[in-house]
Amino acid sequence: MGQAVAPIHHQQPVMLSERPDFHVIGEIVEPGSRVLDLGCGEGELLAWLLEHKRVLARGVEISPAQVRRAIARGVSVYQGDIDEGLADYPDKAFDYVILSQTLQETRSPLQVLREMLRVGRRAIISFPNFGHWKVRAAMLVNGQAPKTKLFPYNWYNSPNIHFLSINDFEDLCREHDFPIERRYFLAGARHVKAFPNLIAQTAVFLLG
Amino acid sequence: MIVEPQCARFESIALEGGATLSPVEVAYETYGHLNSDRSNAILIAHAFTGDAHAAGISHETGKPGWWDNMIGPGKAFDTDRYFIICSNVLGGCQGTTGPASINPASGRAYALSFPVITIRDMVRLQKMLIDSLGIEKLLCVSGGSMGGMQALEWAVSYPDVVRCTIPIATTWRHSAQQIAFNEVGRQAIMADPDWSEGEYYDKKPPARGLSVARMVGHITYMSDESMREKFGRKLRQKEKFGFDFGVDFEVESYLRYRGNQFVARFDANSYLYITKAEDYFDLTNGTGKLNEAFRTVDTRFLVISFTSDWLYPSYQSQEIVRVLRRINGDVAYCDLQSNYGHDAFLVDIAEQSEIVRGFLDSTARLAQAA
Repeated sequence: MGQAVAPIHHQQPVMLSERPDFHVIGEIVEPGSRVLDLGCGEGELLAWLLEHKRVLARGVEISPAQVRRAIARGVSVYQGDIDEGLADYPDKAFDYVILSQTLQETRSPLQVLREMLRVGRRAIISFPNFGHWKVRAAMLVNGQAPKTKLFPYNWYNSPNIHFLSINDFEDLCREHDFPIERRYFLAGARHVKAFPNLIAQTAVFLLG
Repeated sequence: MIVEPQCARFESIALEGGATLSPVEVAYETYGHLNSDRSNAILIAHAFTGDAHAAGISHETGKPGWWDNMIGPGKAFDTDRYFIICSNVLGGCQGTTGPASINPASGRAYALSFPVITIRDMVRLQKMLIDSLGIEKLLCVSGGSMGGMQALEWAVSYPDVVRCTIPIATTWRHSAQQIAFNEVGRQAIMADPDWSEGEYYDKKPPARGLSVARMVGHITYMSDESMREKFGRKLRQKEKFGFDFGVDFEVESYLRYRGNQFVARFDANSYLYITKAEDYFDLTNGTGKLNEAFRTVDTRFLVISFTSDWLYPSYQSQEIVRVLRRINGDVAYCDLQSNYGHDAFLVDIAEQSEIVRGFLDSTARLAQAA
């Protein structure tokens, strides 16, 4: 109480530069489509899609502080757990269901992926690549849980509860018949062509 | 911002229970200015014992409105941008026709001959007021507690009229616990011999009963934590127990004070009628099928609950949100962290302001783009 309310700057330009996967997602999503962003944080991506692609934007986020900032930004976000929350949506309610940099944090990734493909016509998944050479080197040299720019947390306070590489994800999609429509591999903002599992920091998959 | 109450008068209103009330008056206040295309009007619905004086300083009493921290220049409901309307509910006792009003047929106060009213009736009267002000579309309807019920009823009854709805600390139907507390309040009033079957207007009002009802109400508006923080076991102007039944504890003194203060401004029969309207409230008319109630609803929703609110617990808001998601409605939801219990929507407003402001702004922009 008594705490000053920060003024909201209307029409504030949304910066997407810090998250290269956002650029790719921004390119994939077709204008006017229905988008659900799981673990949407403060709604940066949704706000950008709302402004530039005129999408119907919905988001789910578990952190109350981030939900507040997302709603203040004008995005329809509800506070909830993505592991449970998807069940409420009807089949194919969205054109795209997005899970950006969150798959490794979900309790049941397989269940979330299945639900994404049920609720959405397509699913867009981006995740940090645990197969990146720096992660491998850190593990090899130090013999400790790797702490790199891509995985900056200590093992005990990391939100990441699963560690997957690009190859792991490809295997999973093959085993469960998740149709991969397109794949994007990024090192920083640069697209990687060769040896993605070694060189790419971030992968973006379009399923559906 | 000095404000004055206004009054609109209508020939009659047909009520959900079958009766017709004629004539009917509604007291209201407005803040800010209606823009030229009449697209910036927001209706604020008050809670159970609130009134039309939502914001500004009353010309008559010098007191600030009950949501003055939320409504005003630069505030969440920004009167520099929006035209805000708040009216006293049907059945109330602060200027709108209620049981204390004179029945033109008898020349005496209605008392218990006043027809039983519902939340839907309250909303219908608000719609008549909005129509009379020449407003075809409301940018938003918002309110907390019973005000939230009215906001939900607006979205369901008049989906084409409301662009967005902000129900706060509320429910889509009154629960057993909510009905139970209301019934205790009603019984306290009716057990007071001064109540005289409601015929007390030319006599002593049932002050003791009404004040006990209010005391119970106040307990439900706070939380265990906020009471511990505010009162603890502090004694009232004494160092040891009195070993009698006078006031020992601060909390007793506070409740008595609140009870007595309430008697001076509220009508006991209005208490009976309005609590009954709350208890009857069920957006689904008893079917329990909320998805069907929301079927034709096309407004944006911002649903807000508070973590320590045990009178209107968060799960009730979450039920609304879940159903809206199921039908792919446009819904934002936040369970705001607060220790203030149900009162949080009135007093703990920093975070509430942040999201209401942003949500209204984006709704106004969407409306403009449409």
